[in-house]
Amino acid sequence: MTRLRRYARDHAVPLALLSPAVLVILLVVLLPLLFSFYTSFSNYRLIRPDSLWDWVGFRNYLRVLGDGDFWSAFGRTVLFLTVALNLEMLLGLGLALMVNRITWGQRTMRTIMMFPMMFSPILVGFQFKYLFNDTIGLVNNALQSLGLASEPIPFLVDRWLAFAAIAFAEIWMSTSIFAILILAGLFAMPKDPIEAARVDGCSNWQVFRHITLPFLMPFIYIAMTIRSLDVARAYDIVDVMTGGGPAGRTELLWTLIARTAYDDARMGRANAMAYFSILLSIFFTWFFFRKLMAARRHLGAF
Amino acid sequence: MAEVTLRKIVKNYGALEVVHGIDLDIAHNEFVVLVGPSGCGKSTTLRMIAGLEEVSGGEIAIGGRVVNTLPPRARNISMVFQNYALYPHMTVRENLGFSLKIAGRPPAEIEKATDEAAAILGLADYMDRTPGELSGGQRQRVAMGRAIVRHPDVFLFDEPLSNLDAKLRTQMRVEIKKLHQKVKTTIVYVTHDQVEAMTLADRIVIMKDGHIVQTGTPLEVFERPANTFVATFIGSPPMNLVDGVVAGGEVRFAGDASLPVPPAFRGRVQEGQRVTYGFRADNLMPAGHAMTGIGETADIDLTIALAEPLGAETILLSELAGVEIQGKMYNPRAVAAGERLSCLLALDHAHLFDAETGASLRT
Ligand SMILES: Nc1ncnc2c1ncn2[C@@H]1O[C@H](COP(=O)(O)OP(=O)(O)OP(=O)(O)O)[C@@H](O)[C@H]1O
Ligand SMILES: [Mg+2]
Repeated sequence: MTRLRRYARDHAVPLALLSPAVLVILLVVLLPLLFSFYTSFSNYRLIRPDSLWDWVGFRNYLRVLGDGDFWSAFGRTVLFLTVALNLEMLLGLGLALMVNRITWGQRTMRTIMMFPMMFSPILVGFQFKYLFNDTIGLVNNALQSLGLASEPIPFLVDRWLAFAAIAFAEIWMSTSIFAILILAGLFAMPKDPIEAARVDGCSNWQVFRHITLPFLMPFIYIAMTIRSLDVARAYDIVDVMTGGGPAGRTELLWTLIARTAYDDARMGRANAMAYFSILLSIFFTWFFFRKLMAARRHLGAF
Repeated sequence: MAEVTLRKIVKNYGALEVVHGIDLDIAHNEFVVLVGPSGCGKSTTLRMIAGLEEVSGGEIAIGGRVVNTLPPRARNISMVFQNYALYPHMTVRENLGFSLKIAGRPPAEIEKATDEAAAILGLADYMDRTPGELSGGQRQRVAMGRAIVRHPDVFLFDEPLSNLDAKLRTQMRVEIKKLHQKVKTTIVYVTHDQVEAMTLADRIVIMKDGHIVQTGTPLEVFERPANTFVATFIGSPPMNLVDGVVAGGEVRFAGDASLPVPPAFRGRVQEGQRVTYGFRADNLMPAGHAMTGIGETADIDLTIALAEPLGAETILLSELAGVEIQGKMYNPRAVAAGERLSCLLALDHAHLFDAETGASLRT
């Protein structure tokens, strides 16, 4: 205690100068965090403020664990992450490799490639909602006038078609993140090992597989980390395109949490779910970060 | 049998032609060194042989087979790059074995071949490190090891020693020479270091501005340079060159100095012809400090501007007809600047070149 007091006395000025920042962080971050954490142990409902004091222990968590809807949303989110991230990675890789080969107009291509990122996800959601609409949608109209479909395809109604449509929108919007990071990797890539590999007997595919890809892996993992956080909190596109419906068939974690919190007004329960989803995000970040570190260690000499 | 034949090889980058129709025949198991100043097209030529650079014109054949359109992997060549080009994400062992793995050889054979190469190059202790954990010299040896595990038809070296310090370079030079004696293979070796060229080559190819200027054994190009460029490029210090005019069995220089026409050139020059007189520092020696058995000599008195003692000999700087020249004092004594010495020039080792074109007047 005396030591702490002496420390405070010796560092009075820096401590005083830091205190506003510390105070703001306390107010803006820590307080809401503690509050939400507390409410996840209460029966707090937005319409009945006094229920805030209704301490229920672990009941919210237990209910969530036993809730089929929650687990479907959880599973769907994991599936969505897997599908979106892998397709974005493959498409981004392909895009980057192609752009890297262009010798003329490459800058323009790079700029064009970034266009989808410039729109708000909400607008992207609206755009695809109308594209895929079963009565006025462009896709359905086109398919029907071309005679490829005899009746409207319920893109946003059928369980799997809706899932695919949302994934399509998400991928359309964010593939360029992969493409750009991978392109940066390609620019930084030394030419010599590639030439050495060609002399050592590699076909173009083998050069890619054994030399280029290992070099790009760290860049891919960085993109994966960023995107896994992004997709794990996906809300806007889903909410706009299907609203999690019909009948909860496209519900992801955060659309479910938002519905529980605001439509059903069960804040305590929603917060319990939120803490579970955060665990998911933390897991993905940790996973890709470890992969990244391993890949970088491998590349030590670059 | 892997002889390499270049027929009228041309390379252009867009409108810019950098190699202008090179002809070269490299015999089976021959060690050929391409040497020349920076930017003369050595690497480009080597990379065309490797298949890393497209041939714009002419024909390249390896072992009698035209390879112009074949990718590198179909040519059975190994290449050592200037900055090693190791695979950074693989261990030394994996680097060495990579080409065999790609060729689909069984693991036992790969193991045996890599161990053999590692033993030859003294890499056994580093097999599990990655290139990032090696010194420059060790990386260089891995690059060589990677080339030899495959027993290729042709080895291509692109300035493999230029990133090493002087001592290591000398050491590796010896290693490469030994290696060639051990694994008899055709080698094409690029360097801009004439000492490396002299010591390693069976045959030296001297290039300049995308042309071959002279081809020959190290002694041939040293003793019978085809022109003033080769004369100054090969040998250190560079050959002394002084312009003059032929007058009655002598070459007269500006001022009143003159030297006899060297024996090999008598009858090949005309009265009044403008020539460049060339001789090496090794063959201009102060009387009493010369080598013996040097044949016909000419006497010449020189004022010493500067003396550079090297221990076993001293390099003397002087001036002849307004041109700085160098001589060599064997069994040296101390020499003061400004001292006047009477010197001997070994005429059997002197040359005449055309003053306009620089071409040797020997033929
Ligand atoms: N990709 C290219 N585009 C245009 N010109 C090139 C290209 N690569 C090389 N050159 C030119 O070709 C000429 C020969 O180059 P090269 O690399 O063969 O020289 P070098 O003899 O190996 O020189 P160094 O000793 O410096 O390595 C140079 O003048 C160079 O500027
Ligand atoms: Mg070069």
